[in-house]
Amino acid sequence: MYTLHFENGILAVSGKLNRDNATQFQKSARLLTVKNAPNTLDLSGLEALDSAGVASIEELVAHFNHKDSQLKIIPASPDVEAVRNTFKSTAQIVDKPPQPNIFEKLGGNMEAWFRSMGEALVLCSELFYWSIVGIFDRKGQRKGSFGAQGLLLGYNALPVVALLSFIIGFILSLQSAAQLKNYGGNVFLPDLLAITLVREMAPLITAIIVAGRSGSAIASEIATMQVSEEIDALRMMAINPIRYVVVPKFHAITVVMPLLVVFSIVVGELGGFMIATSMLDLSLGTFVSRSVNIIKFKDIFISLTKSTVFAWLIVIIGAYNGFRVRGGAEGVGKATTASVVAAIFAIVIADALFSLLYLL
Amino acid sequence: MIINNMEPIISVRGLEARYGEKRILNDISFDIFAGQVTVILGPSGCGKTTLLKNMLRLHEPVRGSVKFWGEEVLQMDETSFNAVLRKVGMLFQGGALLNSISVMENVAIPLEQHTRLSRSVIERIIRVKLDLVGLHHAIHLLPSELSGGMRKRAGLARAMVMDPPILFCDEPSAGLDPLTSASLDELLLDLKKQLNMSIVIVTHELASIYRVADRVIFLDEGALIYEGTLDGARQAGIPTIDRFFEAGKYE
Repeated sequence: MYTLHFENGILAVSGKLNRDNATQFQKSARLLTVKNAPNTLDLSGLEALDSAGVASIEELVAHFNHKDSQLKIIPASPDVEAVRNTFKSTAQIVDKPPQPNIFEKLGGNMEAWFRSMGEALVLCSELFYWSIVGIFDRKGQRKGSFGAQGLLLGYNALPVVALLSFIIGFILSLQSAAQLKNYGGNVFLPDLLAITLVREMAPLITAIIVAGRSGSAIASEIATMQVSEEIDALRMMAINPIRYVVVPKFHAITVVMPLLVVFSIVVGELGGFMIATSMLDLSLGTFVSRSVNIIKFKDIFISLTKSTVFAWLIVIIGAYNGFRVRGGAEGVGKATTASVVAAIFAIVIADALFSLLYLL
Repeated sequence: MIINNMEPIISVRGLEARYGEKRILNDISFDIFAGQVTVILGPSGCGKTTLLKNMLRLHEPVRGSVKFWGEEVLQMDETSFNAVLRKVGMLFQGGALLNSISVMENVAIPLEQHTRLSRSVIERIIRVKLDLVGLHHAIHLLPSELSGGMRKRAGLARAMVMDPPILFCDEPSAGLDPLTSASLDELLLDLKKQLNMSIVIVTHELASIYRVADRVIFLDEGALIYEGTLDGARQAGIPTIDRFFEAGKYE
């Protein structure tokens, strides 16, 4: 504990001043001297100090010091003065850098956006170049990485794709059946379901699942490699990181994505058939024949083409966000989140553009 | 063990730690005294950092006892242990700063959470502590904008911001240039002398050990092979210790 005494302009403090009583000390000192400012601060009775005690004394001195009058200080014992000396403020106060105004922010963001688009374009061109080269020359890629990535991005995604596709097919049929039944259009359910699944729902749902599951994994893997200097280490070993890390994923996802979409269509149809047979009394033969007949080659072609484009978008956006990561663990999290959001956004935009192709 | 009638502030007895089936520390017993710098040293992978983490319950030991100021901490409830931790500072190997906030905010965390000091006093303390580690110019920077050595120094500023009676430092000199390393050693010695701080350092740097160590604890393959003064260690005639000092004598 400390004690304060104020008499004849001398503010004397004695005892122990530390982080537990520093705030109280400041308040008491100011209350005591509210009528008459002290001209001397007597620290000779101080027995112990810590950095909070030193800081509170400095605050008090700064409070009473004016241009024309400086507070005289009677020093404490050598031991206490040594502590005061260690923890006294000597550094100049560094001001916080000025914040940009709204126009500077806008301009900065625009510039950053154009720069990032440029970087993404460079990454795309490198990725496509090395992907094509990589088909003929496997050198520069990890052995067995294509198979491993195929399993990771494709096979491991089967359960979740199956579950969601089945539920989507089931829901689509359930909602449609209720309406079609009213108009006696039971027989059109397979047509409706097949067109919806093949043209739209299967590629879109599969892409969103893969973006959330594999796109985030790609971004976080590359971002972690970036922050832990693994990417730099590859460069130093004269290994192109895009060729070594990204190309196997690109090849694998290009192959497995259309397969996942086909799988999604089949499972979605199965979900729809359950409603068709239970609510609309359609036979398996009718369901299959109507489903197969309504689908044209163009539908399948565009569906699989767009699923491939979605796959490329997922890999490119994941890799781009992974490579441009800054900072540590927090940067990895941000890159992962950004890649999923950007990939889903890009997939929906690309899907809208592909929808126009069906009109041709 | 009682040295010069001093009671130990930390007593470790029969500590055993494992990672899975692998035993990392085996039957470790030693004491740490107030106002001394104790250096834990030994070859890479001998369990130095693991020992530190087990003493501070960042990793739960399999068996043994760890007492801070005579109180057993391994069986303590969280509230009581947090009260102990408020009197302990820890510098991690990489600094362990929170990446999303500035250096100033990082150093402010213990003061804001555990004291009722005014903002102006807190800022004054932070400036002083960052100045002591030579980082007053980096006060508003984010950890990602600092070099590895700067991050470590900012970590040290945070570890000592509460003037803890005990300061643990995991490899404080690693990655620092000799001048900065020497000035940090000077700072640790000042803290020891002026605040009677006990400092426990895990390090390999022989130059640093010669400068600061009052006592050394030498580990080898998870076992304690020497505890005592630095001179005593060099004269103990233990081959591992002799090789350790011999290999580093040209540093």
